[in-house]
Amino acid sequence: MNPSIISRRLLLLLKCFAALGLLAALEHLAPAQAWASPDNDGSQMPLSGEMIDLTIGEQLFRLDDRTAPAITINGTIPGPVIRLKEGQPATLRVTNRMEESTSIHWHGLLLPPAMDGVPGVSFAGIKPGATFTYRFPVKQSGTYWFHSHSGGQEMRGMYAPMIIDPIEPEPFRYERDYVVMLSDWSFESPETLFSNLKKQGGYYNFQKRAAGEFLTDVRRMGLWTAIKNYLMWDQMRMDPTDFADVTGYTFTYLMNGLSPAGNWTGLFRPGERVRLRFINAASMTFYDVRIPGLTMTVVQADGQNVQPVTVDEFRMGVAETYDVIVEPAEDRAYTIFAETMDRSGYARGTLAPRSGMSAEIPARRPRPLRTMEDMGMSMEGMDMPGMKMPGMNPSGDMANRNPSDDNPHREHMQHGSGTPPVQDMQEMPAMNADVQGRSKIPGAEPVKHGPDDHGPGNQMVAEYSQNRMGEPGRGLENSDRRVLRYTDLKSLEAYPDQREPEREIEMHLTGSMNRYMWSFNGKKYSEAPDPIRFRYGERVRLTFVNDTMMEHPIHLHGMWMHLENGTGAYLPRKHVVVVKPAERLSVAVTADAPGPWAFHCHLLLHMEAGMFRVVEVSDK
Amino acid sequence: MVLTGLLSEGIAATVASAQTVQETSMTPAATTPSTMPKTPGAPTPDASVTLAPSTGQEGVRPTVSQRRNWPAPVNDQEHRLFTLIDVLEYRPKTGGSQGHDDYRWDIEGWYGGDYNRLWFKSEGQRDTAFKADYDVDFQLLYGRFIRKYYDLQMGGRVETQSFKGGNVTRGLGVIGIEGLVPYNYDFESSLFIDQNGAVSARLAFTKDLLLTQRLILQTRFETNAAVQRVEEFTTGSGLNNLEFGGRLRYEIRREFAPYVGISLDRSFGETATLVRQDGGNPSQVRFVLGVRAWF
Repeated sequence: MNPSIISRRLLLLLKCFAALGLLAALEHLAPAQAWASPDNDGSQMPLSGEMIDLTIGEQLFRLDDRTAPAITINGTIPGPVIRLKEGQPATLRVTNRMEESTSIHWHGLLLPPAMDGVPGVSFAGIKPGATFTYRFPVKQSGTYWFHSHSGGQEMRGMYAPMIIDPIEPEPFRYERDYVVMLSDWSFESPETLFSNLKKQGGYYNFQKRAAGEFLTDVRRMGLWTAIKNYLMWDQMRMDPTDFADVTGYTFTYLMNGLSPAGNWTGLFRPGERVRLRFINAASMTFYDVRIPGLTMTVVQADGQNVQPVTVDEFRMGVAETYDVIVEPAEDRAYTIFAETMDRSGYARGTLAPRSGMSAEIPARRPRPLRTMEDMGMSMEGMDMPGMKMPGMNPSGDMANRNPSDDNPHREHMQHGSGTPPVQDMQEMPAMNADVQGRSKIPGAEPVKHGPDDHGPGNQMVAEYSQNRMGEPGRGLENSDRRVLRYTDLKSLEAYPDQREPEREIEMHLTGSMNRYMWSFNGKKYSEAPDPIRFRYGERVRLTFVNDTMMEHPIHLHGMWMHLENGTGAYLPRKHVVVVKPAERLSVAVTADAPGPWAFHCHLLLHMEAGMFRVVEVSDK
Repeated sequence: MVLTGLLSEGIAATVASAQTVQETSMTPAATTPSTMPKTPGAPTPDASVTLAPSTGQEGVRPTVSQRRNWPAPVNDQEHRLFTLIDVLEYRPKTGGSQGHDDYRWDIEGWYGGDYNRLWFKSEGQRDTAFKADYDVDFQLLYGRFIRKYYDLQMGGRVETQSFKGGNVTRGLGVIGIEGLVPYNYDFESSLFIDQNGAVSARLAFTKDLLLTQRLILQTRFETNAAVQRVEEFTTGSGLNNLEFGGRLRYEIRREFAPYVGISLDRSFGETATLVRQDGGNPSQVRFVLGVRAWF
């Protein structure tokens, strides 16, 4: 018998007693378990049905040789897989056994606003000892997840997968089905992390450019070029090594609740097709995922079917999900390698024909560097001698940018005439899908930033912002591997609402690493608590302009964001979109869900710092 | 719209009922906005509109706004306390001179949020090129984050030092700017007016150079200047002193770093004369041993 089943039953038993108040103290001492034990046979034991009970409690979590207090859903990290069927009604009773208020947000689900689970927006939260009943019809299918939306609870272990099986058969076939939930764990409290960053923005970055790297760069670039480069970053008061606010210095990166040493393992028989449902449930970590020896066919993004695209690697923003199919043919183990974007660590697991096997763990790649493009600096500057960044090939990068290949402005700028590109309003795209599967990408041409510098809480502005969906992302740009790009995502079917957005709302992603302030348009939520209004039924374009030097995963609750990535009628729809530094990215939203909805950066500490808004759909 | 007013009453009622119901078990119907407006005359939207909004039914949809009594969705106004002991050091006596083992500190910190902070600062020194014996000061300032990278600070300062064997104390008004200037220099400038109207100023820059991720050389430049001569504070008019320092620290943790360093300190003009008259040495090179810490 599977030992994990035994332990689960034991836990259940314990909980029954606890419910009677007999063993409450004992439960407190029982270490929370990762549900996916190393010997996982693939069942991952989902909770199903129309009535599901979830209990939120504080428990000790054991990771390798250390234990720490954690917040668990039904006693495990991640919490139990919830598996529902499209079209069913769902009733989920969430009981709070903690001393503090809690909440559960069903990430990516379309549901009534009062069921969305954001304290202060959808409801008052679930008070200690209280039970809140979520009840909603399940109107979609795919891979989703759920997590606390209260303070730092998500980082302390309160997240779990949710799978919704479609009514119609899946448009792809597979014999095995695994959830691969990536997350990050710190033995420091979220409050400590936040406080450390507020006091010293670079607190967790131990990959800054130091003397040794400078000497290497001198040898590579020459003394004068290296000095100019270092001085340039210093002059701008920016750190080109800033890829993650919180790093492997404090984080252990988890796959299905297990550390790299714990080696979560999914079993297969050679020749089987295995569906891996990747969910990035990390609080602060972007992952670059690959399985050496296997190509991955991406079949869903954020739970939505996409036209299959085969890649070697893909980058996952926080809170995104990707479903891939792999076909391990050989009778050997394969490492699932999820390297953090800043290269300070990795989560790791194994696909193997038998338990106990493992494959080679790839070496981590060098930490990348930000470039002038990430700063949104005038493109003219890029051709100036000494401005070329190490690890960066400006011409190569540009070639990667499909959207700008035929951009006359670009030509103009590269010749350094000094004429800034003018935003041509007439060219503001006819987004309709008249061209077969192709449409214009908003922001394909560089757009000069307006005069507003977004106030003291924003460090810089992207002087020119431009769409970067054709790029795989910093650190992956010169890879030999085929890396997924946002322009690769095409919806499998065209969604019904093909209207051109009637109006555009431009939002600037702003912040200051220095003081660890994060905001929209230079204002924290508390400075701009009024909702952003969508008119019920309208089709509205949200344009994000990233004035910071970091990637931000932007999440809209309650409604899909149709990523305007040039795929015509086949715009993919997402609940989280990653906006790269200095990028201008647009999504089209059909405002079909009346009520107040949270809208925020899904980096937990950015959200807590104020990178949060309420969107309200009404017919006002 | 009239509806808005009616709805806000409806909302308040719903919040109240939600809180009472929650103790046992809450039904979603109680919180669904569509069922809120029970007020007579207000159109009651069909519940299915909220549950299945994409059906495209026409009709009045609730305008819901921020609920009172609900917690804020994010906690972006938290206040914090920060204390940086940038310099806390022992300065062993230099051979041959009549000096003695000395100490020095430079501490600052704040309590507050992102924009408004209450700052406190203290410096203490003994037998530097600027102060013959000891000198201790304390500042309490209100600071506002006025521009990118810069805080404007205003408040008071108390300074006490020994002069000709006695103890002298004065109060000063302070206005200053602190922040980060281009090329990543931490910058602190203050203008002081003492109780008798004498004006003086202090300017300091520090910059960290990373030798490794944890071995860091902090370079430091500080200067004082004054308009009037204030004899009992060994202050001449014009440039008072210049100080260059290098402190090599090892960050055992970010918050705690012992260091060794060297400080080159020199007074000029009238100030040098006053310091010399008071028994001090207006030109010094000192080795230092200390600890940098913050919390």
